[in-house]
Amino acid sequence: MNEDFLNLFAEALEKEPSEITFDDEFRNYEEWNSLAVLSIIAMIKQNYDITIPRKEFDELKIVSDLFEYIQAHRQK
Amino acid sequence: MGTKIKKIEYYLPEKILTNEQLEEKFPEWPASKVEDKIGVKQRHIAKSDETSLDLATKAAEKLLENEDRDHIDFVLFCTQSPEYLLPTSACILQTRLGLRTDIGALDFNLGCSGYIYGLSLAKALINSEMCKNILFVTGETYSKFIAEDDISNRSIFGDAGSATLITNSDVDKIGEFVFGTDGNGAENLIVKNLSARNSYILNEGERPTLYMNGPEIFNFTIETIPLLIKNVLSNNKIELIDIDYIILHQANKYILEFLISQIGLGPNKCHIDMLNYGNTVSNTIPIALKDAFVQGKIHSGDKVLLAGFGVGYSWGATIITI
Repeated sequence: MNEDFLNLFAEALEKEPSEITFDDEFRNYEEWNSLAVLSIIAMIKQNYDITIPRKEFDELKIVSDLFEYIQAHRQK
Repeated sequence: MGTKIKKIEYYLPEKILTNEQLEEKFPEWPASKVEDKIGVKQRHIAKSDETSLDLATKAAEKLLENEDRDHIDFVLFCTQSPEYLLPTSACILQTRLGLRTDIGALDFNLGCSGYIYGLSLAKALINSEMCKNILFVTGETYSKFIAEDDISNRSIFGDAGSATLITNSDVDKIGEFVFGTDGNGAENLIVKNLSARNSYILNEGERPTLYMNGPEIFNFTIETIPLLIKNVLSNNKIELIDIDYIILHQANKYILEFLISQIGLGPNKCHIDMLNYGNTVSNTIPIALKDAFVQGKIHSGDKVLLAGFGVGYSWGATIITI
């Protein structure tokens, strides 16, 4: 699942998976803007059927935060 | 007794803002990406001395060209950028158009759901035999509320006016409605600085400013609209497969494509065309209806599902017969 997630994450941001690590602060990416936020939220809804409220999304900092958020909410 | 949409016209301001013009000021916002993701190539923007009332007046003049305007017995005006706090823009429109004085006229303040609500009010007025010929106009100039440096909203929104003539008919061509309201979302799409709570006072040089929390609006839309569509189908006792065409509020291409995939619609059945206008708020549905008819995407007798959703939160849907 790690690799799947990284691939989907990269695709949503139109980056190469090799350019991404779990420790990246994703808001520092050059591609980061309001459309990128939508792309990530939509990707998570589409693939994991999880809706992330904006407030909770704003608290996530690095790529692995997002991954862990998905893990935690999938188990519920 | 029934109700039908007899005619629709719309008007777009002459001034155009292209993606290339935006890219010049915001190099990190490439024109091709805006077209690809948001589905907008250009939008029409009202001049500083051009208002929603002006746009609605022009659309209404076009609509009434070959109509006897003495038949109009009610005016509904949907806008969130009225000419004044008071008086009502619909009253001024009555005089501008030279309509009778023994008629009703009112404004109502809704955004992206407004066209659906206007249709429902018109239908109710006609089916209760209070009126026979209703002029329903929409006019919106969000551009006047968008900050110069707000590239997201400047990319999305355009200005426009529309006019729809709704009349009585032997057969009911406007079906059953479904409505929805949730004021919990009020803060997510709002012009907050110009408000009664601030005594309508702005700081020097400050303008009324639109704020949109895009991700939250996206979440609201994908949670709410699939159910709205399901409910409007069941209220009208019709299956999705028997619907000829679907016109959702043209919010942006991204959200429309996501909804289409969620609801499981064929892309050809669902209207996506905001390339030349952008999101024109309450105008998107009448513009899409008119365009779809002119382009031969819908024909007389077709069942068309209409759904609006957004600021409020407010949402609504109905099914009409062309």
